[in-house]
Amino acid sequence: MKSLLTTLLLVLSVSAYASGSDIKLESADIDLTDTASLERGAKHYVTYCLGCHAAKHIRYKRIALDLKLDEAEILKNVAPQGAGIYDQMHSAMNGHDAEKWFGTTPPDLSLIARSRGADWLYRYLKGFYADKSKPTGVNNRVFKDVAMPNVFWQQQGIQTAVVKNIDGQDVVTELKLEQPGLMSPKEFDHMVNDLVNFLVYVGEPVQLERQQMGKYVLFFLLMIIALAYLLKKEYWKDIH
Amino acid sequence: MKQRLNNCSEWFLERFPLSDLWNEHMAHYYAPKNFNVWYFFGSLALFVLVNQFVTGILLTMNYKPDAKLAFDSVEYIMRDVQWGWLVRYMHSTGASAFFIVVYLHMFRGLVYGSFKQPRELIWIFGMLIFVCLMAEAFMGYLLPWGQMSYWGAQVIISLFSAIPVVGDELSLWIRGDYVVSDATLNRFFAFHVIAVPLVLLILVFLHIVALHEVGSNNPDGIEIKENTNWQGRPIDGIAFHPYYTVKDIVGVAVFMFFFAVVIFYTPEMGGFFLEHANFIPADPLKTPEHIAPVWYFTPFYAILRAVPDKFAGVIAMGGAIVVLFMLPWLDRSPVKSIRYRGGLFKKAVLLFVISFIGLGYLGTQPATPGATTVARVLTAVYFGFFLLMPLYTRWEKTKPVPERLTENPTLEDRIPALIALVDEVTITEQTTNAAGASVTHKRPNPAGIKAVLFRFAKNLKESLD
Repeated sequence: MKSLLTTLLLVLSVSAYASGSDIKLESADIDLTDTASLERGAKHYVTYCLGCHAAKHIRYKRIALDLKLDEAEILKNVAPQGAGIYDQMHSAMNGHDAEKWFGTTPPDLSLIARSRGADWLYRYLKGFYADKSKPTGVNNRVFKDVAMPNVFWQQQGIQTAVVKNIDGQDVVTELKLEQPGLMSPKEFDHMVNDLVNFLVYVGEPVQLERQQMGKYVLFFLLMIIALAYLLKKEYWKDIH
Repeated sequence: MKQRLNNCSEWFLERFPLSDLWNEHMAHYYAPKNFNVWYFFGSLALFVLVNQFVTGILLTMNYKPDAKLAFDSVEYIMRDVQWGWLVRYMHSTGASAFFIVVYLHMFRGLVYGSFKQPRELIWIFGMLIFVCLMAEAFMGYLLPWGQMSYWGAQVIISLFSAIPVVGDELSLWIRGDYVVSDATLNRFFAFHVIAVPLVLLILVFLHIVALHEVGSNNPDGIEIKENTNWQGRPIDGIAFHPYYTVKDIVGVAVFMFFFAVVIFYTPEMGGFFLEHANFIPADPLKTPEHIAPVWYFTPFYAILRAVPDKFAGVIAMGGAIVVLFMLPWLDRSPVKSIRYRGGLFKKAVLLFVISFIGLGYLGTQPATPGATTVARVLTAVYFGFFLLMPLYTRWEKTKPVPERLTENPTLEDRIPALIALVDEVTITEQTTNAAGASVTHKRPNPAGIKAVLFRFAKNLKESLD
């Protein structure tokens, strides 16, 4: 009985904590209708991520179609040099080198937004802080001991962690910007948000179309329900 | 021309009993006229089965059952195949919808006593369908070859190794390898698309044939065949076609509405229909932190984890399904429907529902010591419901069962009561807006909501006696 009660209390307190902590942690502002943001995100992806992380399930052609961009424009502005319009977003780095340099192959990011969620990605990309004990010189607040370096160190600047000992464990409670980067914190937030927006789009390129289609389908089905109901009523009128 | 066609149909009908079949199973099959909303789920299960067959066939056209290609081929379907995303979501949502519909269908049978004499065999066939469905869903879940597919299969197949003596050999034989691998994927594909659907189809056929032999039960649990007119037709029965065909079309349309809401707006259903970790390709070297089966298996998974010993847990999990088979012989009450049964059974059903949903929730959560304690209590309740049934159904005081079917209120009959309910829980206010026109506002009325909740609780308590 005691442990039963403890569980109940634990569940209650955890849910209360979860709802409280969500306000403190930042979340991404996802808007897939904002094609300008998606285009910026695609550009950031090619500039900062594609060197190591492929997104092999998307083609430049598809991005051009969905973002209503000109094919020549996307090859010039977004795609890396030498890429064709039908190419998938392949990374230039090969797996063998990656294994040697990072100890692990950087994962393909086509579906990262579907497995991790937009908010996680947003917090992760903003969560790097200086940690001398790591080979990359940084650690991450939401993904401890990650092998990835902070690719945005120039833009973001250098953050340091405020560590508190809670229940015998060191917990990063806050990140402080110690050395400002090329961008203001606001500009940087926008940049990360654009990138996450793009990753959410890449996770399921059809999602916007799907949602837009949904309302017509539902309207049609409501009509069918009404018709079917009237038909049923007509047939059943003499059943008592 | 018309004469020719007539000759043609005559030629066919002389050689095939089409009209007999149609009459026996549709036009002259008499079903009780007071079916309520619970009776939609049988036809809906059939509808979902057809959906799974059609979308499944379309998926196999582009899916590759190969450990190297499977994951990518699913993404290929999602992105490059025309309407592939829709077909895939219809199939993945259909799998979950199948279990929702089937669980509700089984619950209907439980509360209205549809499993009782003379319908035991229908229940047995139905349970076999349920077991097949679980096998079908389990094997189908491996095919996308994501992390959860892989590790879910790994965990479940390794359960067989808990069996003494032959266990290890058996699980090796099932996998075709020492770990879940390409060989496993190929055989699961074969079972998922050919073997199990075939068995499922045969069982559905038997389920319906057995049903049409004895006739449908109804919310009153009365045999309508005992009251027949001069033609020998049940007085309280109506022809399945057209009455229930047109009624089931309404059910299908409403179902499709909810189905479409999921497909077009939330196909992952917050990780319940498509788990987040399954968007990561299977990696035999990286075990996910928390392995949870899809929601429809979680009650049984929770029972498995609740038992301290692995083999005993496997037995308990299997037993949780085996007791369902024995239901017709565990229930000793002379009354079928819950409407006329005693308070003991009603309270037992309530506890059973709580335990099933509770176990389902716990199965999705990590097994902390506290959660395991709760799961043990709920497992005891689950088994208690079945194993104590021979006792409490004999003790319970049943109510008199009417001779004839009671009337089932139609949707229109219920509308005035619904309007009264809305009026009770809201306050209507007249205000003037910025333009000076008077506007009627409705806002929730706390006192009204409280009164309604109290009345509901009181009614529930009274109905349990």
